[in-house]
Amino acid sequence: MAGLSLRSLTVSHFRSHKAACLELDGRPVVIYGANGAGKTNLLEAVSLLSPGRGMRRAASDDIARRPERLGWKVSAVLDRLGQQYEIETRAAPGAARQVRIDGKAATQSALGRLVQVVWLIPAMDRLWIEGAEGRRRFLDRLVLSFEPGHGDAALSYEKSMRERNRMLKDQVRDPHWYNAVEDQMARAGALMIASRARVLERLRLAQQGAQTAFPAAGLCIEAPEEGNDPQGVDELRSAWMEGRSRDLAAGRTLVGPHRIDLAATYEAKGVEARHCSTGEQKALLISLILANGRALAQDRGTPPVLLLDEVAAHLDAERRTALYDEICALGAQAFMTGTEDSLFAALGPRAGRIHVSENGGLSSLG
Amino acid sequence: MSTQVSPDIDALITLMAKLPGLGPRSARRAVLHLISKRTHLMAPLAQSMSEVAATVRECLMCGNIGTGEICDICSDDRRANGEICIVENVSDLWAMERAMVFRGRYHVLGGTLSALDDIGPEQLRIPKLLDRITTESITEVILALNATIDGQTTAHYIADEVGERCMISSLAQGVPIGGELDYLDDGTITAALNARKRI
Ligand SMILES: Nc1ncnc2c1ncn2[C@@H]1O[C@H](COP(=O)(O)OP(=O)(O)O)[C@@H](O)[C@H]1O
Ligand SMILES: [Mg+2]
Ligand SMILES: [Zn+2]
Repeated sequence: MAGLSLRSLTVSHFRSHKAACLELDGRPVVIYGANGAGKTNLLEAVSLLSPGRGMRRAASDDIARRPERLGWKVSAVLDRLGQQYEIETRAAPGAARQVRIDGKAATQSALGRLVQVVWLIPAMDRLWIEGAEGRRRFLDRLVLSFEPGHGDAALSYEKSMRERNRMLKDQVRDPHWYNAVEDQMARAGALMIASRARVLERLRLAQQGAQTAFPAAGLCIEAPEEGNDPQGVDELRSAWMEGRSRDLAAGRTLVGPHRIDLAATYEAKGVEARHCSTGEQKALLISLILANGRALAQDRGTPPVLLLDEVAAHLDAERRTALYDEICALGAQAFMTGTEDSLFAALGPRAGRIHVSENGGLSSLG
Repeated sequence: MSTQVSPDIDALITLMAKLPGLGPRSARRAVLHLISKRTHLMAPLAQSMSEVAATVRECLMCGNIGTGEICDICSDDRRANGEICIVENVSDLWAMERAMVFRGRYHVLGGTLSALDDIGPEQLRIPKLLDRITTESITEVILALNATIDGQTTAHYIADEVGERCMISSLAQGVPIGGELDYLDDGTITAALNARKRI
């Protein structure tokens, strides 16, 4: 039985769903149906029960069901280590999203302490090939699952950095002003860097000697420029101070935790992830998500909720079976989508099944 | 939202609905209430509003609002004790005054540094502050800025600018992140002032 699971999920005016209600029992959940039926929309709803903009990084107003655009709401009964919580998130048109826990207004980071959600979506099939931004985001999602404070640090950093970038664009020269902004950036940035390093080390340990059919990934964080990788508060402060004229010329901040990359290798073969086959690249991602789940289960008593969209794609039957077995062994509530129920046959009674269909722009379950 | 009564009353309701905390519905209620208390409330309110509208202005020294060129606090010699408290806006100044613990003078910035909103040091009366530190023989600058990112950046900036000219302290932390001075109760403000830390 999962240590962390949604016991019910209610989705209102959320994309193609007008009012969907799922009763769940802690087992993994298979959501199947035709293309466009509204499967991913359900996963996206669950992803918004954690801090951030959800797995599509969508603007709140795009999520609201069209044509009504009345705003949207997702609520759930959450079971965390035997304790139940009512959690809810919603947004009115044009307004920021709100969070409630047990009926009281709460912050997104309070939500992050209760629910950890990690996802794999088809857009991430190209994660190892495309730009560093997607890899940073993937890493930060894993870090957030360990350290809910990471989200606040990342937000503060982002805010101060945008401030600095604007000053650089406006050709501001006032050194005191830069000192003040860079000080804020350095405090938040050093926290982010330290959290990322801790979690990377934790993932390395979790992969060591693990019983898994998925290939171990060697991970390391790379600075954008070799030899220019400030880490602590003082190092960051002086790197930015010394880099001002160069940054002024570029019109933006060239070094810092917003510029790092996550480099991965397929360890057994010694091949960089981006040179692996599509299937191998996906296997590496799954491997990391499973390692993250094992580490969380060990350290925090429960793996995260997993959202695995179209997870069967690019996996042969043997790998699929291995994945299902490992998810069940982990005890994670994984929401998995696919067009056919038969893709999940190997799960047998170990998972619940929900069929989603669409008619005239409206999704229905059953 | 027209009342179908009279264009004048509709106009009044529309204006009232622009006040913070009032919507069309509560504005209609307020206007009805005013009308029912026409002589005891509405007329004196109208008179008081037009007087204040004609005379209100920012204090040339500190940025507080008052009805003269120099506000009551700046004209009161007893408050020239060498301490100056930096606040973001007038409502923060009022919150400090309600707590009745601070006996010095103020400097109202009128916002916080924010390049993204085109607010730089000149927009925040910081040059005037540096002036005052010399002319008013200031011995201690007390930063009472909000614990938001912009508030803290601004505090850092002022501390950097003031440098060695006088002692600088900051209200004790424990003010919640993103919490605004105006929302804190008097006891919390008093405690934060008494436990202020030197920077
Ligand atoms: N804001 C919205 N309002 C109504 N329908 C939407 C909205 N956003 C997306 N959709 C619809 O949702 C459907 C896609 O649902 P999705 O969950 O991605 O499908 P799938 O089952 O293939 O994963 C599309 O038909 C799209 O038009
Ligand atoms: Mg989909
Ligand atoms: Zn004054």
